[in-house]
Amino acid sequence: MMNGFTAVPVAKDVFWVGAIDLNVRNFHGYSTDRGTTYNAYLILAEKPTLIDTVKAPFLREMLNRIASVINPDRIEYVISNHSEMDHSGCLPQVMDLVKPDKVFASVMGRKTLAAHFPFMSSVTAVRDGDRISLGDREVSFMETRMLHWPDSMFSYLPAERILFSHDAFGMHLASMERFADEFDTVVLSYEAKKYFANILLPYSNLVTALLGRVKEAGMEFSIIAPDHGPVWRTESDIRRILGLWETWAHQKPSCKAVVTYDTMWGSTDLMARAVADGLASGGITVEVLPLRAFSRSDVATALLGAGALIVGSPTLNNGIFPTVADVLAYLKGLRPKNFIGAAFGSYGWSGEAVGLIERILGEMDAKPAGDRMRLQYVPDAEGCAKCGEFGEMLAKKISELCGRAPSEGGNE
Amino acid sequence: MRKYVCDVCGYVYDPVVGDEENGADPGTPFESLPESWVCPVCGASKDSFAPQE
Repeated sequence: MMNGFTAVPVAKDVFWVGAIDLNVRNFHGYSTDRGTTYNAYLILAEKPTLIDTVKAPFLREMLNRIASVINPDRIEYVISNHSEMDHSGCLPQVMDLVKPDKVFASVMGRKTLAAHFPFMSSVTAVRDGDRISLGDREVSFMETRMLHWPDSMFSYLPAERILFSHDAFGMHLASMERFADEFDTVVLSYEAKKYFANILLPYSNLVTALLGRVKEAGMEFSIIAPDHGPVWRTESDIRRILGLWETWAHQKPSCKAVVTYDTMWGSTDLMARAVADGLASGGITVEVLPLRAFSRSDVATALLGAGALIVGSPTLNNGIFPTVADVLAYLKGLRPKNFIGAAFGSYGWSGEAVGLIERILGEMDAKPAGDRMRLQYVPDAEGCAKCGEFGEMLAKKISELCGRAPSEGGNE
Repeated sequence: MRKYVCDVCGYVYDPVVGDEENGADPGTPFESLPESWVCPVCGASKDSFAPQE
Protein backbone atom coordinates (compact mmCIF):
# COMPACT_ATOMS: atom_id res chain seq x y z
CA MET A 1 0.00 0.00 0.00
CA MET A 2 1.01 3.58 -0.59
CA ASN A 3 1.90 5.66 2.42
CA GLY A 4 1.22 9.30 2.98
CA PHE A 5 -2.54 9.24 3.40
CA THR A 6 -3.76 9.45 6.97
CA ALA A 7 -7.10 9.40 8.71
CA VAL A 8 -8.22 12.70 10.25
CA PRO A 9 -9.85 12.51 13.70
CA VAL A 10 -13.31 14.07 13.68
CA ALA A 11 -14.31 13.06 17.22
CA LYS A 12 -13.27 10.37 19.70
CA ASP A 13 -13.14 7.09 17.68
CA VAL A 14 -14.50 8.79 14.55
CA PHE A 15 -12.20 9.48 11.61
CA TRP A 16 -12.49 11.07 8.17
CA VAL A 17 -11.07 8.56 5.70
CA GLY A 18 -12.21 10.11 2.42
CA ALA A 19 -10.46 11.31 -0.72
CA ILE A 20 -9.60 14.73 -2.13
CA ASP A 21 -10.33 15.28 -5.83
CA LEU A 22 -8.34 18.37 -6.73
CA ASN A 23 -8.84 18.01 -10.47
CA VAL A 24 -12.54 17.53 -11.12
CA ARG A 25 -14.08 20.56 -12.81
CA ASN A 26 -17.14 18.99 -14.40
CA PHE A 27 -19.18 16.86 -12.02
CA HIS A 28 -21.96 15.44 -14.21
CA GLY A 29 -22.37 18.89 -15.70
CA TYR A 30 -22.01 20.80 -12.43
CA SER A 31 -19.01 23.12 -12.67
CA THR A 32 -16.87 22.24 -9.66
CA ASP A 33 -14.51 25.20 -9.82
CA ARG A 34 -12.85 24.26 -6.53
CA GLY A 35 -12.78 20.47 -7.01
CA THR A 36 -14.42 18.28 -4.39
CA THR A 37 -13.92 15.66 -1.70
CA TYR A 38 -15.59 12.28 -1.32
CA ASN A 39 -15.98 11.84 2.41
CA ALA A 40 -16.03 8.44 4.06
CA TYR A 41 -15.97 8.00 7.83
CA LEU A 42 -14.61 5.28 10.06
CA ILE A 43 -16.11 4.61 13.49
CA LEU A 44 -13.71 2.68 15.68
CA ALA A 45 -16.45 0.98 17.66
CA GLU A 46 -16.27 -2.60 18.96
CA LYS A 47 -17.54 -3.43 15.52
CA PRO A 48 -15.46 -1.11 13.36
CA THR A 49 -17.80 0.58 10.89
CA LEU A 50 -17.21 2.39 7.62
CA ILE A 51 -19.77 4.98 6.56
CA ASP A 52 -19.92 5.40 2.79
CA THR A 53 -16.97 4.93 0.46
CA VAL A 54 -15.43 7.09 -2.26
CA LYS A 55 -15.49 7.40 -6.04
CA ALA A 56 -13.95 4.30 -7.64
CA PRO A 57 -10.54 5.76 -8.69
CA PHE A 58 -9.86 6.87 -5.10
CA LEU A 59 -10.07 3.43 -3.46
CA ARG A 60 -6.35 3.30 -2.53
CA GLU A 61 -6.46 6.73 -0.94
CA MET A 62 -9.37 5.70 1.28
CA LEU A 63 -7.87 2.31 2.19
CA ASN A 64 -4.57 3.95 3.12
CA ARG A 65 -6.29 6.45 5.35
CA ILE A 66 -8.16 3.58 7.04
CA ALA A 67 -4.91 1.62 7.35
CA SER A 68 -3.31 4.54 9.22
CA VAL A 69 -5.57 3.73 12.20
CA ILE A 70 -6.78 0.15 11.74
CA ASN A 71 -6.21 -2.82 9.48
CA PRO A 72 -9.06 -2.47 6.92
CA ASP A 73 -9.73 -6.23 7.39
CA ARG A 74 -11.11 -5.44 10.81
CA ILE A 75 -14.05 -3.44 9.46
CA GLU A 76 -17.17 -5.40 10.36
CA TYR A 77 -19.93 -3.11 9.13
CA VAL A 78 -20.30 -0.82 6.16
CA ILE A 79 -23.17 1.65 6.05
CA SER A 80 -24.18 3.10 2.68
CA ASN A 81 -26.08 6.34 3.24
CA HIS A 82 -26.27 7.13 -0.46
CA SER A 83 -25.93 4.86 -3.51
CA GLU A 84 -24.62 7.43 -6.00
CA MET A 85 -21.31 6.28 -7.46
CA ASP A 86 -19.17 9.01 -5.92
CA HIS A 87 -19.98 7.31 -2.60
CA SER A 88 -20.59 3.72 -3.62
CA GLY A 89 -18.17 3.42 -6.53
CA CYS A 90 -15.63 1.32 -4.69
CA LEU A 91 -18.11 -0.45 -2.41
CA PRO A 92 -17.80 -3.71 -4.40
CA GLN A 93 -14.00 -3.61 -4.04
CA VAL A 94 -14.29 -2.79 -0.34
CA MET A 95 -16.63 -5.76 0.14
CA ASP A 96 -14.21 -7.94 -1.73
CA LEU A 97 -11.10 -6.81 0.15
CA VAL A 98 -12.52 -6.25 3.62
CA LYS A 99 -15.30 -8.84 3.66
CA PRO A 100 -17.47 -6.98 6.17
CA ASP A 101 -20.04 -8.99 8.13
CA LYS A 102 -22.82 -6.71 7.00
CA VAL A 103 -23.51 -3.85 4.62
CA PHE A 104 -26.44 -1.65 5.63
CA ALA A 105 -28.50 0.63 3.41
CA SER A 106 -32.04 1.98 3.36
CA VAL A 107 -34.78 -0.12 1.76
CA MET A 108 -34.42 1.93 -1.41
CA GLY A 109 -30.64 1.87 -1.05
CA ARG A 110 -30.67 -1.91 -1.12
CA LYS A 111 -32.55 -1.80 -4.42
CA THR A 112 -30.45 1.01 -5.86
CA LEU A 113 -27.15 -0.67 -4.99
CA ALA A 114 -28.36 -3.89 -6.59
CA ALA A 115 -29.19 -1.92 -9.75
CA HIS A 116 -25.64 -0.53 -9.85
CA PHE A 117 -23.71 -3.62 -8.87
CA PRO A 118 -25.65 -6.72 -9.91
CA PHE A 119 -23.84 -9.08 -7.58
CA MET A 120 -24.64 -7.02 -4.52
CA SER A 121 -27.53 -8.99 -3.09
CA SER A 122 -26.36 -9.28 0.51
CA VAL A 123 -27.14 -5.73 1.62
CA THR A 124 -29.20 -5.51 4.84
CA ALA A 125 -32.03 -2.99 4.58
CA VAL A 126 -32.72 -0.70 7.55
CA ARG A 127 -35.86 1.37 7.98
CA ASP A 128 -36.56 4.83 9.24
CA GLY A 129 -35.95 4.90 13.00
CA ASP A 130 -34.07 1.58 13.12
CA ARG A 131 -31.03 1.28 15.36
CA ILE A 132 -28.14 -1.11 15.12
CA SER A 133 -25.56 -1.89 17.76
CA LEU A 134 -21.89 -1.48 16.99
CA GLY A 135 -21.09 -3.26 20.29
CA ASP A 136 -20.19 -0.32 22.49
CA ARG A 137 -22.51 2.22 20.83
CA GLU A 138 -25.51 2.52 18.57
CA VAL A 139 -26.21 4.04 15.21
CA SER A 140 -29.72 5.16 14.33
CA PHE A 141 -31.11 5.80 10.85
CA MET A 142 -33.45 8.36 9.38
CA GLU A 143 -34.72 8.02 5.83
CA THR A 144 -34.34 11.19 3.78
CA ARG A 145 -35.92 10.02 0.54
CA MET A 146 -35.32 12.20 -2.52
CA LEU A 147 -32.75 14.28 -0.69
CA HIS A 148 -31.55 13.87 -3.20
CA TRP A 149 -32.02 10.22 -4.30
CA PRO A 150 -34.69 7.73 -3.20
CA ASP A 151 -32.06 5.83 -1.19
CA SER A 152 -30.64 8.75 0.81
CA MET A 153 -30.58 8.26 4.59
CA PHE A 154 -28.98 9.82 7.65
CA SER A 155 -26.89 7.80 10.07
CA TYR A 156 -26.63 9.22 13.57
CA LEU A 157 -24.60 8.47 16.67
CA PRO A 158 -27.07 9.54 19.38
CA ALA A 159 -24.61 9.41 22.29
CA GLU A 160 -22.10 11.68 20.56
CA ARG A 161 -24.76 13.60 18.57
CA ILE A 162 -22.81 13.07 15.35
CA LEU A 163 -24.81 13.15 12.12
CA PHE A 164 -23.50 11.50 8.97
CA SER A 165 -25.63 13.44 6.55
CA HIS A 166 -24.71 11.97 3.13
CA ASP A 167 -24.92 14.78 0.52
CA ALA A 168 -27.02 17.01 2.78
CA PHE A 169 -25.18 20.08 4.12
CA GLY A 170 -22.29 19.31 1.77
CA MET A 171 -20.53 21.21 -0.98
CA HIS A 172 -17.95 20.67 -3.69
CA LEU A 173 -14.77 22.09 -2.19
CA ALA A 174 -11.39 20.35 -2.34
CA SER A 175 -8.91 21.35 0.34
CA MET A 176 -6.45 20.01 2.88
CA GLU A 177 -8.62 21.48 5.64
CA ARG A 178 -11.33 19.16 6.90
CA PHE A 179 -13.42 21.46 9.09
CA ALA A 180 -15.71 24.34 8.20
CA ASP A 181 -14.21 26.58 10.88
CA GLU A 182 -10.91 26.53 8.99
CA PHE A 183 -12.42 28.29 5.95
CA ASP A 184 -13.45 31.77 4.92
CA THR A 185 -17.23 31.82 5.46
CA VAL A 186 -17.79 33.62 2.15
CA VAL A 187 -16.34 30.62 0.29
CA LEU A 188 -18.38 28.18 2.40
CA SER A 189 -21.65 30.05 1.93
CA TYR A 190 -21.12 30.33 -1.83
CA GLU A 191 -20.21 26.67 -2.38
CA ALA A 192 -22.97 25.45 -0.04
CA LYS A 193 -25.46 27.64 -1.91
CA LYS A 194 -24.22 26.35 -5.25
CA TYR A 195 -24.67 22.78 -4.03
CA PHE A 196 -28.19 23.46 -2.76
CA ALA A 197 -29.20 25.31 -5.93
CA ASN A 198 -27.92 22.60 -8.27
CA ILE A 199 -28.77 19.44 -6.33
CA LEU A 200 -31.49 20.08 -3.75
CA LEU A 201 -33.64 22.83 -5.25
CA PRO A 202 -36.30 20.55 -6.81
CA TYR A 203 -36.85 19.02 -3.38
CA SER A 204 -37.10 22.26 -1.40
CA ASN A 205 -40.42 21.22 0.16
CA LEU A 206 -38.85 17.98 1.37
CA VAL A 207 -35.93 19.93 2.86
CA THR A 208 -38.39 22.05 4.84
CA ALA A 209 -40.20 18.89 5.97
CA LEU A 210 -36.94 17.19 6.93
CA LEU A 211 -35.73 20.13 9.01
CA GLY A 212 -39.12 20.01 10.75
CA ARG A 213 -38.72 16.28 11.44
CA VAL A 214 -35.25 16.85 12.84
CA LYS A 215 -36.60 19.49 15.24
CA GLU A 216 -39.58 17.32 16.18
CA ALA A 217 -37.33 14.34 16.92
CA GLY A 218 -35.26 16.60 19.18
CA MET A 219 -32.13 15.73 17.22
CA GLU A 220 -29.23 17.95 18.11
CA PHE A 221 -25.84 17.89 16.52
CA SER A 222 -22.36 18.35 17.87
CA ILE A 223 -20.97 17.44 14.47
CA ILE A 224 -22.48 17.24 10.98
CA ALA A 225 -20.34 15.11 8.69
CA PRO A 226 -21.45 15.36 5.04
CA ASP A 227 -20.24 13.33 2.05
CA HIS A 228 -18.65 16.32 0.27
CA GLY A 229 -16.65 19.27 1.58
CA PRO A 230 -15.85 20.26 5.15
CA VAL A 231 -17.24 18.84 8.39
CA TRP A 232 -19.33 21.21 10.55
CA ARG A 233 -18.21 21.01 14.19
CA THR A 234 -18.80 24.33 15.92
CA GLU A 235 -22.17 25.31 17.35
CA SER A 236 -22.28 28.51 15.29
CA ASP A 237 -21.34 26.75 12.03
CA ILE A 238 -23.97 24.06 12.57
CA ARG A 239 -26.62 26.64 13.36
CA ARG A 240 -25.58 28.63 10.29
CA ILE A 241 -25.70 25.79 7.75
CA LEU A 242 -29.07 24.57 9.06
CA GLY A 243 -30.37 28.14 8.91
CA LEU A 244 -29.10 28.63 5.37
CA TRP A 245 -30.81 25.44 4.20
CA GLU A 246 -34.05 26.53 5.84
CA THR A 247 -33.85 29.92 4.09
CA TRP A 248 -32.90 28.51 0.69
CA ALA A 249 -35.69 25.93 0.80
CA HIS A 250 -38.26 28.71 1.19
CA GLN A 251 -37.11 30.35 -2.07
CA LYS A 252 -38.30 33.75 -0.91
CA PRO A 253 -37.64 36.21 -3.75
CA SER A 254 -35.19 39.03 -3.07
CA CYS A 255 -34.77 42.31 -4.96
CA LYS A 256 -32.27 40.70 -7.25
CA ALA A 257 -32.39 39.86 -10.94
CA VAL A 258 -30.40 37.33 -12.92
CA VAL A 259 -29.66 38.29 -16.52
CA THR A 260 -28.30 35.41 -18.58
CA TYR A 261 -27.78 35.28 -22.33
CA ASP A 262 -25.60 34.36 -25.25
CA THR A 263 -24.85 36.39 -28.34
CA MET A 264 -23.69 35.88 -31.93
CA TRP A 265 -22.53 39.29 -33.17
CA GLY A 266 -22.70 41.19 -29.89
CA SER A 267 -26.20 42.63 -30.32
CA THR A 268 -27.90 40.53 -27.64
CA ASP A 269 -24.86 41.24 -25.45
CA LEU A 270 -25.40 44.97 -25.91
CA MET A 271 -29.09 44.56 -25.09
CA ALA A 272 -28.23 42.55 -21.96
CA ARG A 273 -25.95 45.32 -20.69
CA ALA A 274 -28.60 47.97 -21.28
CA VAL A 275 -31.30 45.86 -19.58
CA ALA A 276 -28.96 45.27 -16.62
CA ASP A 277 -28.27 48.99 -16.45
CA GLY A 278 -31.98 49.73 -16.32
CA LEU A 279 -32.47 47.17 -13.56
CA ALA A 280 -29.61 48.64 -11.55
CA SER A 281 -30.91 52.18 -11.87
CA GLY A 282 -34.26 50.85 -10.71
CA GLY A 283 -32.55 49.80 -7.46
CA ILE A 284 -32.28 46.09 -8.21
CA THR A 285 -29.18 44.00 -7.56
CA VAL A 286 -28.25 42.41 -10.86
CA GLU A 287 -26.13 39.39 -11.58
CA VAL A 288 -25.20 39.25 -15.28
CA LEU A 289 -24.10 35.86 -16.59
CA PRO A 290 -23.10 35.67 -20.25
CA LEU A 291 -23.07 31.98 -21.13
CA ARG A 292 -19.68 32.16 -22.80
CA ALA A 293 -18.22 32.94 -19.39
CA PHE A 294 -20.57 31.16 -16.99
CA SER A 295 -21.84 27.60 -16.72
CA ARG A 296 -25.42 26.47 -16.28
CA SER A 297 -24.65 25.66 -12.65
CA ASP A 298 -23.48 29.26 -12.07
CA VAL A 299 -26.83 30.48 -13.38
CA ALA A 300 -28.72 28.07 -11.10
CA THR A 301 -26.70 29.37 -8.14
CA ALA A 302 -27.44 32.99 -9.00
CA LEU A 303 -31.15 32.26 -9.44
CA LEU A 304 -31.59 30.81 -5.93
CA GLY A 305 -33.48 33.49 -4.03
CA ALA A 306 -33.55 35.93 -6.98
CA GLY A 307 -36.79 37.70 -7.91
CA ALA A 308 -36.33 37.53 -11.68
CA LEU A 309 -34.80 35.46 -14.45
CA ILE A 310 -34.21 37.54 -17.55
CA VAL A 311 -33.06 35.48 -20.50
CA GLY A 312 -31.59 36.77 -23.75
CA SER A 313 -31.01 34.86 -26.97
CA PRO A 314 -30.41 35.68 -30.60
CA THR A 315 -32.59 33.75 -33.04
CA LEU A 316 -30.55 31.08 -34.79
CA ASN A 317 -32.22 29.18 -37.64
CA ASN A 318 -35.66 30.02 -36.27
CA GLY A 319 -34.80 28.74 -32.80
CA ILE A 320 -33.16 29.54 -29.45
CA PHE A 321 -29.38 29.74 -29.39
CA PRO A 322 -28.20 26.29 -28.15
CA THR A 323 -26.38 27.45 -25.00
CA VAL A 324 -29.50 29.34 -23.91
CA ALA A 325 -31.72 26.31 -24.63
CA ASP A 326 -29.28 24.27 -22.51
CA VAL A 327 -29.51 26.53 -19.49
CA LEU A 328 -33.30 26.75 -19.75
CA ALA A 329 -33.66 22.96 -19.93
CA TYR A 330 -31.43 22.70 -16.86
CA LEU A 331 -33.19 25.40 -14.84
CA LYS A 332 -36.62 23.99 -15.67
CA GLY A 333 -35.62 20.66 -14.15
CA LEU A 334 -34.52 22.38 -10.95
CA ARG A 335 -38.06 23.77 -10.51
CA PRO A 336 -37.22 27.20 -9.09
CA LYS A 337 -40.14 29.12 -7.58
CA ASN A 338 -41.29 32.68 -6.98
CA PHE A 339 -39.63 34.63 -9.76
CA ILE A 340 -40.55 36.85 -12.69
CA GLY A 341 -39.52 35.55 -16.12
CA ALA A 342 -38.65 37.84 -19.02
CA ALA A 343 -37.04 37.42 -22.44
CA PHE A 344 -35.10 39.60 -24.83
CA GLY A 345 -32.93 39.20 -27.88
CA SER A 346 -31.70 40.51 -31.18
CA TYR A 347 -32.75 38.83 -34.40
CA GLY A 348 -32.11 39.10 -38.11
CA TRP A 349 -35.32 38.21 -39.95
CA SER A 350 -37.68 35.85 -38.13
CA GLY A 351 -37.05 36.38 -34.38
CA GLU A 352 -38.67 33.32 -32.79
CA ALA A 353 -36.23 32.95 -29.87
CA VAL A 354 -37.90 35.44 -27.52
CA GLY A 355 -41.29 33.77 -27.87
CA LEU A 356 -39.78 30.33 -27.39
CA ILE A 357 -38.02 31.48 -24.21
CA GLU A 358 -41.27 32.94 -22.91
CA ARG A 359 -42.98 29.62 -23.51
CA ILE A 360 -40.37 27.76 -21.46
CA LEU A 361 -40.53 30.40 -18.72
CA GLY A 362 -44.29 29.86 -18.69
CA GLU A 363 -43.80 26.12 -18.31
CA MET A 364 -41.54 26.92 -15.37
CA ASP A 365 -44.43 28.85 -13.73
CA ALA A 366 -42.46 32.07 -13.87
CA LYS A 367 -44.58 35.16 -13.24
CA PRO A 368 -45.02 36.91 -16.59
CA ALA A 369 -43.11 40.15 -17.07
CA GLY A 370 -45.90 41.61 -19.16
CA ASP A 371 -43.50 42.75 -21.85
CA ARG A 372 -40.53 41.59 -23.92
CA MET A 373 -37.67 43.21 -25.80
CA ARG A 374 -36.89 42.24 -29.36
CA LEU A 375 -34.68 44.27 -31.68
CA GLN A 376 -33.67 43.62 -35.27
CA TYR A 377 -29.98 43.34 -36.04
CA VAL A 378 -27.76 45.84 -34.18
CA PRO A 379 -29.33 48.01 -31.46
CA ASP A 380 -28.95 51.72 -32.16
CA ALA A 381 -29.06 54.44 -29.49
CA GLU A 382 -32.85 54.32 -29.43
CA GLY A 383 -32.80 50.51 -29.16
CA CYS A 384 -30.39 50.66 -26.23
CA ALA A 385 -32.58 53.25 -24.53
CA LYS A 386 -35.59 50.96 -24.97
CA CYS A 387 -33.65 48.11 -23.36
CA GLY A 388 -32.80 50.38 -20.43
CA GLU A 389 -36.48 51.25 -20.03
CA PHE A 390 -37.35 47.56 -20.23
CA GLY A 391 -34.91 46.99 -17.35
CA GLU A 392 -36.50 49.82 -15.34
CA MET A 393 -39.96 48.39 -15.95
CA LEU A 394 -38.78 45.00 -14.70
CA ALA A 395 -37.16 46.66 -11.67
CA LYS A 396 -40.58 48.00 -10.61
CA LYS A 397 -42.14 44.54 -10.95
CA ILE A 398 -39.33 42.91 -8.99
CA SER A 399 -39.64 45.53 -6.24
CA GLU A 400 -43.32 44.68 -5.95
CA LEU A 401 -42.56 40.97 -5.81
CA CYS A 402 -39.91 41.29 -3.13
CA GLY A 403 -42.11 43.61 -1.13
CA ARG A 404 -40.06 46.79 -1.40
CA ALA A 405 -41.29 50.18 -2.57
CA PRO A 406 -39.34 51.03 -5.77
CA SER A 407 -38.24 54.38 -4.32
CA GLU A 408 -36.24 52.67 -1.57
CA GLY A 409 -33.57 51.71 -4.09
CA GLY A 410 -30.18 50.50 -2.95
CA ASN A 411 -28.87 47.00 -2.84
CA GLU A 412 -30.49 44.02 -1.17
CA MET B 1 -59.22 4.34 -13.78
CA ARG B 2 -56.76 7.23 -13.98
CA LYS B 3 -53.05 7.13 -13.49
CA TYR B 4 -51.58 9.49 -10.90
CA VAL B 5 -48.15 11.13 -10.98
CA CYS B 6 -45.99 11.88 -7.94
CA ASP B 7 -45.19 15.57 -7.91
CA VAL B 8 -41.91 14.95 -6.06
CA CYS B 9 -40.16 12.22 -8.01
CA GLY B 10 -42.29 11.60 -11.10
CA TYR B 11 -43.37 8.05 -10.18
CA VAL B 12 -46.61 7.09 -11.93
CA TYR B 13 -49.20 5.06 -10.03
CA ASP B 14 -50.92 2.80 -12.54
CA PRO B 15 -54.08 1.28 -10.99
CA VAL B 16 -53.90 -1.63 -13.44
CA VAL B 17 -50.51 -2.61 -11.99
CA GLY B 18 -51.11 -1.46 -8.40
CA ASP B 19 -48.29 -1.45 -5.86
CA GLU B 20 -48.20 -5.01 -4.57
CA GLU B 21 -45.06 -4.51 -2.54
CA ASN B 22 -47.00 -2.05 -0.41
CA GLY B 23 -50.31 -3.87 -0.26
CA ALA B 24 -52.13 -2.42 -3.29
CA ASP B 25 -53.39 -5.24 -5.49
CA PRO B 26 -53.55 -4.82 -9.25
CA GLY B 27 -56.81 -3.06 -10.10
CA THR B 28 -56.80 -0.79 -7.02
CA PRO B 29 -57.90 2.72 -8.06
CA PHE B 30 -55.73 5.54 -6.69
CA GLU B 31 -58.70 6.87 -4.74
CA SER B 32 -59.01 3.54 -2.88
CA LEU B 33 -55.43 3.52 -1.64
CA PRO B 34 -55.34 4.05 2.15
CA GLU B 35 -54.30 7.50 3.37
CA SER B 36 -51.22 5.87 4.88
CA TRP B 37 -50.01 4.79 1.44
CA VAL B 38 -46.95 6.70 0.28
CA CYS B 39 -45.06 6.93 -3.00
CA PRO B 40 -43.01 3.71 -3.25
CA VAL B 41 -40.08 5.66 -4.73
CA CYS B 42 -39.78 8.82 -2.68
CA GLY B 43 -42.15 8.44 0.26
CA ALA B 44 -44.36 11.40 -0.66
CA SER B 45 -47.90 11.24 0.74
CA LYS B 46 -51.03 10.79 -1.39
CA ASP B 47 -51.73 14.50 -1.52
CA SER B 48 -48.50 14.96 -3.49
CA PHE B 49 -50.07 13.10 -6.41
CA ALA B 50 -51.96 14.61 -9.33
CA PRO B 51 -53.95 12.89 -12.09
CA GLN B 52 -51.81 12.23 -15.16
CA GLU B 53 -52.71 14.57 -18.00
